[in-house]
Amino acid sequence: MPNYNWPPQGQRRLMGKRLSRLDGIEKASGYAKYASDLNPPNLLHGALLTAPHAHCRVTSIDVSEAKAMQGVTSVRVIAPAGTEIQWRGAEVAAVSATSETIALDALKKIKVQYEVLPHLVKEEDLKKAGPRAKAAGEQLTGDPDQGFKEADVVVEGYYGIPVITHCCLEPHGQVVEWKSDAVNMFPSTQNVTGIGGDLAKALELPATQVRVQMNHIGGGFGSKFVSDRWGIEAAHMSKESGGRPVKLFLDRETELTIAGVRPSCFGKVKLGAKKDGTITTWESDTWATGGHGGGGSPPIPYVFTNIPNQRKAHSAVSINAGGVRAWRAPNHQQACFMTDCALEDLAAKLNMDPLDVFAKNADLTPRPEVYRNQLRQAAELMDWKKKWHPRGQSGSGTLKRGLGVAIHTWQGGGHDSKAICRINPDGTVEVELGSQDLGTGTRTAIAIVAAETLGLPLNAIRVKIGDNQYPPSGASGGSTTIGGVSASTRKASVNSLEKLFAAVAPSLGAQADQLEAVDGRIQVKGQASKNLTWKAACNKLGATSIAEMGENERRNPGSLISAGVGGVQMAEVEVDTETGIVRMIKSVAVQDCGTVVNLKTAESQVYGGCIMSIAAALLEERVMDEQTGRVLNPDMEFYKLSGIGDIGEIVVKMNMEKEYDDRGVIGLGEPAAIGLNAAIGNAVANAIGVRVSNAPFTPDRVLAALEGRTA
Amino acid sequence: MPTTVRVECTINDETREFLCEPRQSLLECLRDVLGLTGTKEGCNDGNCGSCTVMMDGRIVPSCLVLGVESQGSEITTIEGVARGSELHPLQTAFLESAALQCGICTPGFIVAAKALLDRNPRPDEHEIRLWLANNLCRCTGYDKIIRAVQQAAATLQEAK
Ligand code: FES
Ligand code: FES
Repeated sequence: MPNYNWPPQGQRRLMGKRLSRLDGIEKASGYAKYASDLNPPNLLHGALLTAPHAHCRVTSIDVSEAKAMQGVTSVRVIAPAGTEIQWRGAEVAAVSATSETIALDALKKIKVQYEVLPHLVKEEDLKKAGPRAKAAGEQLTGDPDQGFKEADVVVEGYYGIPVITHCCLEPHGQVVEWKSDAVNMFPSTQNVTGIGGDLAKALELPATQVRVQMNHIGGGFGSKFVSDRWGIEAAHMSKESGGRPVKLFLDRETELTIAGVRPSCFGKVKLGAKKDGTITTWESDTWATGGHGGGGSPPIPYVFTNIPNQRKAHSAVSINAGGVRAWRAPNHQQACFMTDCALEDLAAKLNMDPLDVFAKNADLTPRPEVYRNQLRQAAELMDWKKKWHPRGQSGSGTLKRGLGVAIHTWQGGGHDSKAICRINPDGTVEVELGSQDLGTGTRTAIAIVAAETLGLPLNAIRVKIGDNQYPPSGASGGSTTIGGVSASTRKASVNSLEKLFAAVAPSLGAQADQLEAVDGRIQVKGQASKNLTWKAACNKLGATSIAEMGENERRNPGSLISAGVGGVQMAEVEVDTETGIVRMIKSVAVQDCGTVVNLKTAESQVYGGCIMSIAAALLEERVMDEQTGRVLNPDMEFYKLSGIGDIGEIVVKMNMEKEYDDRGVIGLGEPAAIGLNAAIGNAVANAIGVRVSNAPFTPDRVLAALEGRTA
Repeated sequence: MPTTVRVECTINDETREFLCEPRQSLLECLRDVLGLTGTKEGCNDGNCGSCTVMMDGRIVPSCLVLGVESQGSEITTIEGVARGSELHPLQTAFLESAALQCGICTPGFIVAAKALLDRNPRPDEHEIRLWLANNLCRCTGYDKIIRAVQQAAATLQEAK
């Protein structure tokens, strides 16, 4: 078998360096085409009618007037009379028309009558959930009763983290055309290879009949994997119009109401510990919702999994609201929040520096040395030892500063991926795979791996992704893309290069295994003067290109990639105790991700993860109205994301030391978005002397905590 | 069928004439009527900055301007920021500083940042944050956007 291993760290020309992304020019000049930018000739515009009640039954639906409108090409009933609807915003009917305004007018002509049914849209108060809360059954480890009895100190706290949305700046949707028996789909998707089969199934077509293409996507964060009701209806409406393309993208209100949420988590956590801070016992009683289907179960105790005595109870609450979709590191932000806030409260009770409590308990994690090392590095970057003060002792002024820390983990690993590396007789190189670049830099990473392997400059590689006619590659979810595509690309490139070596070996008077590809040449190892330029070597191929495949198998990944990373994130905040406003001063993120392919985009992932956590900690919350069952803030005025003034300074350190690098490539999207939320909560507590139990830490909640109220 | 109105304005130094419905926003006219899809739609209610364009010397969210209001005005969109194939220093800085990821917010940031540098060639960090406060990005972390604007400012100064 060829040697696929990465070149030794010191010998890499491109991997691990800070390289600019290949699609930067297109994006910075406005010429990058996202699915929502496509306006092919003869385009029809689709729109959705959605349910106005959180729980209701359709008693009648009359679309005749809408159908009769000039310019309307299709009206499709999604929820016929008798359908029970479980959340506001659920799809009731779809319309296509020759213009967007006609489609929107047509929606108003659809007459639907509903029988309104009782709803539950809030889950903070578990008692009100009644039978809609389903307990998962208690989980026991060791002897928690004995553990608490023997503990020197016991702390109990209540923590809550609400439902939030993905709020991708490009909403969900697609352009789709269904001509005779073939469908062309141009979606905004994280799943170029898989979404075609998903749509084909819904349309009862063979998977081979659905072609999927996507160049760029304006954010996904876990919410864009399937073809969705709007994709399926758009395809039908295209067919009904004789194959005209139909564009159907969600408006912001619908996007924030039904296109996916991150589940909440609320509950009590009780910790028992020794005087020196060593945790011996965990008890938690938590609940969560992710919508009608119930709620995720966060993996608690988080990272400190080896606490010897544990009792855990969790309930999933079904509410009448739009459903859950994977949100960057599913369940981990919640788990981290419940666990690391409790740890900080323990430290405060013991009058200890939380850094020492986290470091001491690192022995309860699967990677004690890694976390201790990262805690040390992060503390240095934060200047923790100098800045830290015991909880609440932040001077007599009204502006209080505080520090907080949290640690996290994510498995990642590499998804299934096949790549073809094509070396053409004219010297050009193409790498093809049915993957996608979410903005994370996947395109560039593929080029880096191929160029590194073939001894070529980065711009010599043409990367072809975003088409399901290329070899299949997994969906971009769970930080599995970089592992999958870097391994498949490496293997494909090595395989193709071996063929090239075989083809040119005779003319260099050497054996194929004596050749190497260096700096745009094929040369004999140890005899660099015996060489051919890359182009001259490729010319020897005559008329036939080399096209070899490389494959990453998720279950059998080999040594190129690995799984399981750790990170430490710290926050410094300043809280105005008169207004309750929390201001970010500084964040520090120390992260390992094995072998770094592109340091620049890897760091960007971490910066991006940090702002998502800052927004989640300070601003984001989907607010439901108990009376009407509506989302009260389905727009970007009241569903707040952090802006450039809200984030303070961010310092990112990637662990690239040899012991990390040796592990192989590991994904990075999820872990970077986990810890800071809890770290900010801890920093607020450290600043003002009391715990603000519920995120986001908005002024009303901060003031209420200061006054000893609950908000 | 809805009635349409004829509008004439200058977009990226070119005179453009188009028909639009009275209720269509400038953003919809740019994207759907004129094919200038570099200007993006994020929120459609003035809160994200993805649709930022220059109109008569001011930056505006084009989703809050009616197409008919652009009659007679001068508009610059992201497509007009580069000079031919020569990128504006801001564009180079954004891609070199990794100030973009998915890139859907990028055109709005660049148009807004250009307006800043046009009137204040040496903004400090605070001024940059203040000026770009209405542009939201879900991906990048912002830090690199600030560095990119500073870098572009320096490049422009050197070129003088
Ligand atoms: S689309 Fe205009 S500000 Fe968001
Ligand atoms: S780069 Fe994706 S929103 Fe800014």
